[in-house]
Amino acid sequence: MSVSPTVSRASGIRHLLLMAFRRPGLLAAVAFLLAVAIGTAWPQFLSAYDPIAADPLQAQLPPGAAHWFGTDQLGRDVFSRVVHGARYSILIGVSAVVIAAVVGSILGLFAGLARGVIDEAITRFLDVVSAFPDLLLALVLISFTGPGTVNLIFALGVASIPRFARVVRAQTFVIAESGYVEQAKTFGLTKAVLVLRHILPHAMAQVPILATIGLGTAIIGAAGLSFLGMGPQPPIPEWGAMLAEGRNYLRVAWWIGVWPGVAITLTVISVSVLGRHWQASFEGRRQG
Amino acid sequence: MTPLIHIRNLAIGFPKAGEPNTVVRGLDLTIHRGESVALVGESGSGKSVTARSLVGLTGTGAKLTADVFDIDGENALDFHERSWRQLRGNKIGFVLQDALVSLDPLRRISQQLSDALGDGSFFRRQDRHGESLTLLNSVGIPDPARRLTQYPHQLSGGLRQRALIATAIARGPALVIADEPTTALDATVQKQILDLLAERRRAGNTLLLISHDLAIVSRLADRVLVMRNGQVVEQGPTAEILSAPSHPYTRQLLDAIPSASSRGYRLSPAGHEARITAATTQVPATAKSAERRRLLLPPKSIDPQRKVLTVDHLFKRYGSGAASSLVVNDVSFKLAAGESLGIVGESGSGKTTVARIVLGLVAPDAGRVLIDGRPWSQLTEAQRRTHRAGIQLIAQDALSSFDPRYTVERIVGESLDSVAIFGAERKRRVLEVLDAVRLGPAFLTRHPRELSGGQRQRIAIARAFAPRPKLLVADEPVSALDVSIQAQVLDLLAELQAASGTSLLFISHDLGVVHHLTDRVVVMKEGRIVETGNVSAVFAAPRHSYTQALLEAIPTLA
Amino acid sequence: MDVENVTALRQVPVSPASRHFSLMRATLLSQVLGRVGSGILVLWAAITLSFISLHVAPGDIVSLLIGEQLRTPVIEAAIRAEWGLDEPLFSQYLSYLWRVLHGDFGRSYILQTDVATLILSQILPTLKLTAAALVVAVVFAVISAVATAGLRWPRRIAGAMELVLVSTPSFWLGIVLLFIFSFTLKLFPVAGDRTFSALVLPALSLGLSLGAVIGQVLREGLERALEEPFALTVRSWGANGLTLRLRHGLRHAALPAVTLTGWLIGNLLSGAVITEQVFGRPGLGKITVDAVLGKDLPVVLAVAILSAFIYVVLSTLVDILYLLIDPRLRART
Repeated sequence: MSVSPTVSRASGIRHLLLMAFRRPGLLAAVAFLLAVAIGTAWPQFLSAYDPIAADPLQAQLPPGAAHWFGTDQLGRDVFSRVVHGARYSILIGVSAVVIAAVVGSILGLFAGLARGVIDEAITRFLDVVSAFPDLLLALVLISFTGPGTVNLIFALGVASIPRFARVVRAQTFVIAESGYVEQAKTFGLTKAVLVLRHILPHAMAQVPILATIGLGTAIIGAAGLSFLGMGPQPPIPEWGAMLAEGRNYLRVAWWIGVWPGVAITLTVISVSVLGRHWQASFEGRRQG
Repeated sequence: MTPLIHIRNLAIGFPKAGEPNTVVRGLDLTIHRGESVALVGESGSGKSVTARSLVGLTGTGAKLTADVFDIDGENALDFHERSWRQLRGNKIGFVLQDALVSLDPLRRISQQLSDALGDGSFFRRQDRHGESLTLLNSVGIPDPARRLTQYPHQLSGGLRQRALIATAIARGPALVIADEPTTALDATVQKQILDLLAERRRAGNTLLLISHDLAIVSRLADRVLVMRNGQVVEQGPTAEILSAPSHPYTRQLLDAIPSASSRGYRLSPAGHEARITAATTQVPATAKSAERRRLLLPPKSIDPQRKVLTVDHLFKRYGSGAASSLVVNDVSFKLAAGESLGIVGESGSGKTTVARIVLGLVAPDAGRVLIDGRPWSQLTEAQRRTHRAGIQLIAQDALSSFDPRYTVERIVGESLDSVAIFGAERKRRVLEVLDAVRLGPAFLTRHPRELSGGQRQRIAIARAFAPRPKLLVADEPVSALDVSIQAQVLDLLAELQAASGTSLLFISHDLGVVHHLTDRVVVMKEGRIVETGNVSAVFAAPRHSYTQALLEAIPTLA
Repeated sequence: MDVENVTALRQVPVSPASRHFSLMRATLLSQVLGRVGSGILVLWAAITLSFISLHVAPGDIVSLLIGEQLRTPVIEAAIRAEWGLDEPLFSQYLSYLWRVLHGDFGRSYILQTDVATLILSQILPTLKLTAAALVVAVVFAVISAVATAGLRWPRRIAGAMELVLVSTPSFWLGIVLLFIFSFTLKLFPVAGDRTFSALVLPALSLGLSLGAVIGQVLREGLERALEEPFALTVRSWGANGLTLRLRHGLRHAALPAVTLTGWLIGNLLSGAVITEQVFGRPGLGKITVDAVLGKDLPVVLAVAILSAFIYVVLSTLVDILYLLIDPRLRART
């Protein structure tokens, strides 16, 4: 997890071990995310049952040895569905964040470097877009495109563009005014070299951190929209959609609606812990 | 009569991970009523922590031990938070530096005075208008009724600091502790505050002054304790310490103060070069106490015929309409090859803007800058670019002038981009200039945040000299440094300038530094040049009233 | 250090809408007017954006407005008349703007009703829920921040709790609360909006995670304020910890928290959509979800513009509040 270029590989590993010893929370978060990653890439590795095929004879079994998380109203193994669901929830979240980060960074950089009228136009546009709450903006977009996985990604991604654009724009401004950029000007560097060498790396430095923290928000947003039926359609085992089904069986089979929620919360906590640790070490390094 | 403060063998540490991290050790301090005592030292000497321990505010995690720790006859080692709270403000008042941040910026002066007059509890609180007015009067704030309704940022620096002092003396404490009370203030304002404190001293009030500045101390204190690395190295009556210091560190501190008398001489002790690689600057204990001889700096060669820099009727306005202000107003001067020119002025005088125009970072509204008699400010940036190597900048805050991702090698090497020196030749030149500022090759791979303040400023100097510029613009290059580090940096600057024949445009608010280092001086006020001439002549016989006021305001060793 | 540089470091963060006016150190009144103007501009742009989106969206505008309803010549003629589709685009725009400014959001052809009437009939339960959730969020945040700032273990515990709350989707929190308090303990009703007790669980599930976010910001701000030099000065007057925190610290901590308010309101409004579904409450949430799934664009756009309006009004108020809290942003006289 070391991003410092000065830390060599060997000391990086030692650094990691030390970190694991001192920060058990961080270690747990990384371990859980690894499990989620495996569930995303290779769900069969972790689960024994088919997440889609119904088996009415096995319906609504409480958690037990055969079905760790129990079975749902159609007799499907909840654990398998949660594991397979990682693929949808994570991929929707990651794709939405990537869209937002890429477009947002480009807009932010453009505004920050161009300044003047272009900056004003972009900032005003962002102001207008942020006047609609994220989730509602996504809903508006979906009412044009209709529900579905791809449409959900697009809607969520567009809705979180302003957050990235704002940070990158502000960073670009700060760095363009910084002492070392001024100093570099006195060396006679051309504008292009100045931007590439000194402004761009710093302006973009926070984007991956912001994206990590934003991933948590995106996963929750995706689950919420799926809960409302805007995302992947049944019988796809997406976590938010599973919660919507579980809500109806709460009185008779609590486990259907609880486990997907636990999966969401743990994933988001892990992502946040990772993102915050990264941010803290980034700021620590910046302050020296 | 029992002394107000009686401390024996005080030690303060901030234990962390099993290590004691002692910041103060073996400190004895006694303050009698009516006395004025000063703790003097550089950063890290432990003077501020010592002061804070007297009001029980060393912070959480501090471990304090002492054989005796009596405040007004009571054993403060037994104090609980409640006892400390009763002591604070009542028995001891505390003044910090920079009232802009040491007063709550979101509350009016009246509220803060009422808070300071009150008993500090949240629920019993009242407005004390009358008492507040009296207090502001007593610290010499004119029109106090209006000031009461204002916020700290609406007051000038001097009034703000007076208001802060007013809160500290609100409940008539027996002792006032002033921790760097005039740091960050302009010289003329600093003088007003010192006068106010001196007045209180004459009126018989007890004062504990914390300062890095021996000159300030000499005006206010009866007795001085010189601290270093958590220990008192020397103490005694102020006049004695200043005229005949017995400890080499005290002497080194005194020698390090730049002034008229130090012109042409080194400020830092001889042979310090060998020790710079070590973390601290150790003074050999073997040096004899009476020995105070200065070493000569190498002579400069000035070619008065060759004007490297010509500044011709510059004007610069910031803002527009009624809110605009003329930051630079008809400024002209010349700088000859090898010469040093100081620009002196308080904050807002426009001196930094002049520097930025000379550097070609800001375009003047009118007037022009010539380099070697050829146009400079009128050129386009593309035309200027090829000549940029000839003019280099040393900024005040070296750390922020370094790209934090870069190593020292890349930082210094980048200035050689402009003269197209790359590869092995670049590395050779980088090593050469690092050696010139007495930093070894081990520093090549360091990052800025791994360096001390003095090392950072050395690297900034090395970088500026690397492309062999004909003009060096130094904007307050030493004002953030401790006096002994400042001495080393100034010596280096003088040495390198003499060796390279570079001209130096030196911007500073510190008249002592300018007097020590430069040949000619330009005094600026509100964007205008009020006086200019040979530095010794101007400072010996200032013609303009502002220059006179500036010079009077400098605290000198009494 | 030079005084110029000291003050340069103390730049206060400026909220987005106020950034354009921070350089104009005019009087308080003109700053307030500037912010109101800026808000109106954003609102106008939001309405324009929704108009543009109808015209650039793929598919012809009549079928977009009909949604899932059957297309008959009668309805098509009605839409053409209502939206003036036979007129030039610009006069369509002007008449749309005019209608929206008068609170006329057109007709929903799916529900066969006037959109404004529909929204008005459903807005009250949603506002009730949002207000209750706001109270929950603010109370939680202030208590959790003031009680734990700067204290090692309490802040760790509060921090962990906040991390869990922030990471929990509000609708799942709602499901868990329902399961525990309604199905198992039978303390609160499962659904509906009849009694005050029916409001408790929805308000908690909506408010707690936002309270956790504000709590984090507030605590961080409080701790930063307590580290400032002025905190030392205040303590040197003999002030006790509570005085320092409440009288001095909280106000500083409120500055960054207040800038979050716009975001917070937006989140409450859109979060309410989901919470209402979980608890089967009447309100805007239900009609919004139905409208989105049925592609009932007149309703969706009306809800969007309404929430943008609420956002703009509130964040303008917050900007003005910011001026009142921080005298440094006000005019220098």
